[in-house]
Amino acid sequence: MATGDLALGQLEGATSVRERVINDFSINVATVNGSGSQSANSVLLKSIFGMGVPVSGKNLFPSNIAGLPTWYTIRASKDGYVARKRASEVLVALNADTAREDALALPSGGVAIYEEKLDLKQYREDVVFYPVPLDKITAEICPEAKLRKLVRNMVYVGAVAQLLRIDLSVVESGLRKQFAKKVKVFELNFGAVKAGFDYAAENLPKQDQYFIERADQTKGKIIIDGNAAAGMGAVFAGVTVVAWYPITPSTSVVEATTDLLKKFRVTPEGKATFAVVQAEDELAAIGMVLGAGWAGARSMTATSGPGISLMAEFAGLGYYAEIPGVIFDVQRTGPSTGMPTRTSQADLLSVAFLSHGDTKHVVLLPGSVKECFELAYAAFDLAERLQTPVFVLSDLDLGMNNWMSEVFEYPTTPLDRGKVLTAEDLDRLGGFARYRDVDGDAIGWRTLPGTRHPKAAYFTRGSGHNDAAGYTEKPDEYIEVMERLSRKFENARKLVPGPVTVKDGTSKIGVLAYGSTDFAMRESLDQIKKEYGRSVDYMRIRAYPFAHEIHDFVATHERVYVVEQDRDAQLASLLKLDLPADQVVKLRSILHYNGLPLDARTITEEFATKEGL
Amino acid sequence: MATTAPAPKLNHIGLPVLEYRGGKTTLCAGCGHNAISERIIDAMYQMGVEPERVMKMSGIGCSSKSPAYFMARAHAFNSVHGRMPSVSTGAILANHTMTTLGISGDGDSASIGMGQFVHMMRRNLPMIYIIEDNGVYGLTKGQFSATADLGSKLKTGVVNDLAGIDTCALAIQLGATFVGRSFSGDKKQLLQMLKAAIAHKGTVMLDVISPCVTFNDHEGSTKSYKFMQDNDEPINEVDFVASFDDIEVDYGSGEVYEVEMHDGSNLRLRKLQEGYDPTDKANAVRTLMESQQNDEILTGVFYIDTQKPTFIDLLNLVDEPLGQLPESVTRPAKATLDGLMASLQ
Ligand SMILES: Cc1ncc(C[n+]2csc(CCOP(=O)(O)OP(=O)(O)O)c2C)c(N)n1
Ligand code: SF4
Ligand SMILES: [Mg+2]
Repeated sequence: MATGDLALGQLEGATSVRERVINDFSINVATVNGSGSQSANSVLLKSIFGMGVPVSGKNLFPSNIAGLPTWYTIRASKDGYVARKRASEVLVALNADTAREDALALPSGGVAIYEEKLDLKQYREDVVFYPVPLDKITAEICPEAKLRKLVRNMVYVGAVAQLLRIDLSVVESGLRKQFAKKVKVFELNFGAVKAGFDYAAENLPKQDQYFIERADQTKGKIIIDGNAAAGMGAVFAGVTVVAWYPITPSTSVVEATTDLLKKFRVTPEGKATFAVVQAEDELAAIGMVLGAGWAGARSMTATSGPGISLMAEFAGLGYYAEIPGVIFDVQRTGPSTGMPTRTSQADLLSVAFLSHGDTKHVVLLPGSVKECFELAYAAFDLAERLQTPVFVLSDLDLGMNNWMSEVFEYPTTPLDRGKVLTAEDLDRLGGFARYRDVDGDAIGWRTLPGTRHPKAAYFTRGSGHNDAAGYTEKPDEYIEVMERLSRKFENARKLVPGPVTVKDGTSKIGVLAYGSTDFAMRESLDQIKKEYGRSVDYMRIRAYPFAHEIHDFVATHERVYVVEQDRDAQLASLLKLDLPADQVVKLRSILHYNGLPLDARTITEEFATKEGL
Repeated sequence: MATTAPAPKLNHIGLPVLEYRGGKTTLCAGCGHNAISERIIDAMYQMGVEPERVMKMSGIGCSSKSPAYFMARAHAFNSVHGRMPSVSTGAILANHTMTTLGISGDGDSASIGMGQFVHMMRRNLPMIYIIEDNGVYGLTKGQFSATADLGSKLKTGVVNDLAGIDTCALAIQLGATFVGRSFSGDKKQLLQMLKAAIAHKGTVMLDVISPCVTFNDHEGSTKSYKFMQDNDEPINEVDFVASFDDIEVDYGSGEVYEVEMHDGSNLRLRKLQEGYDPTDKANAVRTLMESQQNDEILTGVFYIDTQKPTFIDLLNLVDEPLGQLPESVTRPAKATLDGLMASLQ
């Protein structure tokens, strides 16, 4: 008791000299998976959001169903930074197995809110301790043993809210929204929140420096994860056939798509205007996607690294036979099974060149949840316009974590169904050659099975074919098709989403990055400016093949850092294949690939070292 | 004196048989696969199927090439080795109003494609799935396939020491709703089975023994013309009466199993094996297993179920092809997105 009092006394003194930290810190909730803490954490996240404070949430979970450690970090940032931070100032410790390690990871002056029994005070003297008898409170308010696990989670939400000064009314309205129609469930949950809140108010005087204060920075914003956003994008692209095989972290793309399809794509007669098939494996999934794309449907699948590997042979067929389809790859770490629940960008090269022979693919690279939505529907248009499989490369961090975003805008252009001839067209034309470049855009016209015209049919094959889709082994006929495919890919540079640039026009140094790297990248640019007085130009790449602006960007800078989340500098390698030889030497890499989402500090430190700052 | 060519015979949709032909075959002369292509042409012609309403699907192999040699007026998709089932599944989901005909080989289906074959049968999609079964990989020059019978001999003298997979028994067990075996050399039986297949709603799986004259037609092969002629053991005599045919065939009652098909046509199976009931699944599988033990090659229609819902029924799809639904149906309205956004704020 005496030591505890002493520690508190010291800290109280410390707090009085320290400034309050408002809306700018991270909370780390340490639990075990399978304990149902996910929804409690999401309530906490949404409560901070409800306070008007920019926020992001990250779930660091194991590839396991129950019993292993899980951490959920919530970052509140008045400056709007949403990338991971290396350290969290506030710990909510609920897992006995990691409690010591978690407490030791706190920065000096940090906060530990924890289940009383864990007795964290033994590990540190320089942090503020808030023990909460979660089990005891839970037992008192919840007689039903079965429900205690979930109720206990809400008790800590209440205590945390009180200690950080989150308004109870905001938590309440968030819960009400979540359990819209289930009044009983709401009451049970809110009762638990209130019990935790009241306990903290009565027993735990505020001694730390971290506060959430009402702000006005989240008005009109939404919170969503990238996979849900991608699923939404697919539905607003009018997807009709979905074939998939479950794999983390892509599963929730299909789950989100399916939920929306069931809600919005059933006719008044109760008939479905879509088909979702859980295939026997990823080979079958992409086979179905191509079969459906060939027969005129907008089709998609979602997978991750191991599934991508299985799809290789079909990807080449789609490229060579020129069949549309959309493939979402939500990347996780490899090689092989790797760390299935950790994030990565290491599929870029294998996706860009997926399959044997001279195969290359259009790859879209969303860098925010909003772009997961937008590039998802763009992918369907591009696939049908270019008559080729289009890959959308997301990752676990972007796909499975919660991000704040501007609201998504309804597509402004109608669906682009590409070049398809009808029976009437054939009457007029008297026939067609499937792979002939009649318009000079390197894209042939196709017909769909079922078109009632004696000249409508053509023979689709992955074997050598001429421009009339006839079998060939003739060198020039083979080359003619291959060169047209090359021209088509070249033209795609102009059709794919262009890069996004942040620059002031004076810097000699540039940075290239894509995807979820963007969050940390933008924060790092601010750090570099603030701490080293350097301004750096930044271009975010949004697709492969690379738009011409990317070449220009490299050409107009002395040094260009390529920041990416893989070991082998895959983006830099892909750029090197594309750039003129004298430009290649300008590229240098900043790499991060430990499975954790990238943080700004990692980039800033690496940049400073490389620049000799 | 002027001569006029006699008018060609037309089927009931007004097309001559010529309109059901394809490109010139590049398969070996005498290859069983060619005879099957001929029977497909006859069956489609006689059934009056509109060629533009057919999708020809295949994998890779000599057999899988054959869609190029019949029905040039139908769209074709020659996919990758062993994966025709998934491509067909996708195509059918996009347009379930088509007649879908899949051509595979014994290597294509029973080895590399076994995974997809199994799941295709299970789903009971509306399609006709034909295995042109020669017991070898023709296109890669005659290695044994997984349907080669135990003890069958290659030209080189190599003896197959694994039992063959009976794709018919498998298909029945897995959920296909019309399963039979025929022989490329039995014109009449194969034609009747194909016509009934066209009338069926659900997955038809036909294993058609189709001798490879180049690699597996010698003494010691159990998939040769000679062996089939000697050992073909029909379980029933297949007779198909299309809904538009005005023929009355009378068999003495008790001898004929009569099946009323979806389109109103009749499949009559004259019992050659006593008491054989083609709707009894367990008995069908047992009969096939026994025949394998007795080194018999049973042909005929082994199993039929006209009631089981297809995958399209289970998915509760709209009548129009999914691939041709207009944007007004497939892209939800702006208000829907606005509502979703509001719920996330
Ligand atoms: C992935 C892959 N592996 C191997 C091959 C080579 N290959 C082509 S056809 C074939 C066997 C075909 O046998 P079957 O399906 O019985 O057809 P058949 O030629 O006997 O009619 C093989 C192994 C291939 N095309 N693709
Ligand atoms: S090799 Fe055999 S299967 Fe192939 S075409 Fe010749 S006879 Fe037919
Ligand atoms: Mg074969």
